[in-house]
Amino acid sequence: MGKMSGAEAILECLKLEGVELIFGLPGGVLLPLYDAIYDSDIRHILVRHEQAAAHAADGYARATGRVGVCLATSGPGATNLVTGIATAYMDSVPLVAMTGQVPTNLIGKDAFQEADITGITIPVTKHSYLVRDAKDIPRVFREAFYIASTGRPGPVLIDLPRDVTVNELDFEYPEINLPGYSPNLKVHNLQIKRAATALMEAERPVIYVGGGVKYSDGHKELVELAEKIKAPVTTTLMGIGCFPEDHPLSLGMLGMHGTTYANYAIQEADLILAVGARFDDRVTGKIASFAPQARIVHVDVDPAEIGKNVRVDIPVVGDAKSALAELAKAVEPKSWGPWNDKVAGWKNDHPLFYAKGADSIKPQFVLETICKLCPEAVIVTEVGQNQMWAAQFFTHKHPKHFISSGGLGTMGYGFPAAIGAKMGCPEKEVFDIAGDGSFQMNIQELATAVINEVAVKVIVLNNGVLGMVRQWQDLFYEKRFSNTTLTRVPDFVKVAEAYGALGLRATKPSEVEGVLKEAIASDRATIVDIIISPDEKVSPMVPAGASLSEILELEG
Amino acid sequence: MLHTIAPIVENKPGVLVRTAGLFSKRGFNIESLTVGATDNPDRSRMTITVEGDEVVLEQVTKQLNKLVNVIRVSELLPSESVGRELAVIKVAARKEDRSEIMQIVSVIRAEVIDVSPRSMIVEMTGSEDKVEAMVRLLRQFGIKEKARTGKVSMARGATAVGP
Repeated sequence: MGKMSGAEAILECLKLEGVELIFGLPGGVLLPLYDAIYDSDIRHILVRHEQAAAHAADGYARATGRVGVCLATSGPGATNLVTGIATAYMDSVPLVAMTGQVPTNLIGKDAFQEADITGITIPVTKHSYLVRDAKDIPRVFREAFYIASTGRPGPVLIDLPRDVTVNELDFEYPEINLPGYSPNLKVHNLQIKRAATALMEAERPVIYVGGGVKYSDGHKELVELAEKIKAPVTTTLMGIGCFPEDHPLSLGMLGMHGTTYANYAIQEADLILAVGARFDDRVTGKIASFAPQARIVHVDVDPAEIGKNVRVDIPVVGDAKSALAELAKAVEPKSWGPWNDKVAGWKNDHPLFYAKGADSIKPQFVLETICKLCPEAVIVTEVGQNQMWAAQFFTHKHPKHFISSGGLGTMGYGFPAAIGAKMGCPEKEVFDIAGDGSFQMNIQELATAVINEVAVKVIVLNNGVLGMVRQWQDLFYEKRFSNTTLTRVPDFVKVAEAYGALGLRATKPSEVEGVLKEAIASDRATIVDIIISPDEKVSPMVPAGASLSEILELEG
Repeated sequence: MLHTIAPIVENKPGVLVRTAGLFSKRGFNIESLTVGATDNPDRSRMTITVEGDEVVLEQVTKQLNKLVNVIRVSELLPSESVGRELAVIKVAARKEDRSEIMQIVSVIRAEVIDVSPRSMIVEMTGSEDKVEAMVRLLRQFGIKEKARTGKVSMARGATAVGP
């Protein structure tokens, strides 16, 4: 392909990897790369804070299944990406983060805007590169996209010193040669047989599904398997949408704010088939009393997840989709039995509920109304109560339609991630279900949304407090509300207008449907400020460190 | 319980910090870590001794295997492997103690590699137990300085992980 500069080579690599858009913010050492971007077909979205670039790339990746790409300059630009990279790492999101770096001859000299970003991000990246020679660019990019998107996906960082982007190289896109990296996708027949036998022998099976099913596109195979053996299915926050929640076998989400019936089913199960899930503490509650009667079959593409948090009886290493397909083939059909009746009884007796008919707007009602008006929408969330209500009171039916920071629990994630998701799926309606606390953490991205005509709809469930922490203070700290009252929340309608977005507000239950319809009809970025009570709680709830059996149904 | 594992890694910058960082990140305790070249210039070999039960060992091995720069990880069982460590010890050597130190050094097959009017440096290669024994014997004279390499190990017999 002939000689080109490092910067041109980087853009050529991105093109070869099928990248259509990147999120970033320039800086001194990135001048050569940004100069090349000026002439490139690759669309660059200028954010207002680098953290948002990482979250937007992450949201784009989760909504499309493709690798998200972000770019930030050296030093503070790079460190501003760290929260976004860590968010992607915890939730296994395929992301390539590019950072500028000071010229190679200044590395280690505490140069202006120098930060050891490869060092800083080692614990939160799947892999990282500091490119020291322009000729390495094609190989590094090839490897980075391959590593980010294969096996258990994750973020890969590429640090690019200024001189490396200027120097010339002969461009040739190499084959992958990574002797230490070979994701184990193929499932072992014998383990499938053992797992299938266990499923056949089980009288009270539960399938527990995490984000791995979403990343492997295994949702159809999951439905097929569950229907064939009539096994109830519960999902983690990451697995939401992999199994349609209106299905009779659906238990919804499990764990701390999962449904009572999902948690009861887990505690009574004699077999748990965990697929692409990692037995996180928010899921298991007190680990010693988690699923005490169950044998555990664990399917995961990452062998290190198996046996990490719980003892596993039958490990199956490999891709979730193929494991589910093989299992569906290996099992015999079962009919609806006493276990299904028992679970149905719990579903009937302990549904998700909230007190209706109040004067104030119920956040749960807002979510139900969005679901009624726009059942196929992509729901992105911030973190806290808004996130849990969005998980609970919207009926999720499709994978990649629920996007939320689960592992790291990053407040401020939702809005930029929603921008990324909407840019990846412009034909879909995208909501950011927000709290006033989280939304203010990346509120500056209103500029990005407005200028790039990204018509995301931000639903601010505005209670004027940091609601989830306040809920814990209410329940476990004698209502001593230390630093959870935001005192004076800005007027979000005026904020929206100041940025050129549409601002709407509802203060009474009767206004909710109207403003939501107006928001859905809007063709630009829209903020809907919905005033709710600071005393609203997320229910049910398993207190931290308690067993799933000790789930509390709080007064709504 | 102590376990010995021997990762073969790519000889690239940052590999040591990634490997060592993994231990601290996951809360595993490194007892000793050695790293050096293999016969292949692109590969290095580490010997890591780690404290913990079987579950810890399994996690360490799996997490190491996840690192892109780690080619393979093998566990070396004490009964099926040999391990050696090098120690150099600067011991106070007054005139009246000197011959006794020399005798000890000769009996335990160590070597004196430096002599000065008030001290000697003793070098010893052997199993960790043997090195420990020497340290105990020399302690009575006063140890002024001690450096140990940590163990390097290899499986017995003809099977090999490659040059």
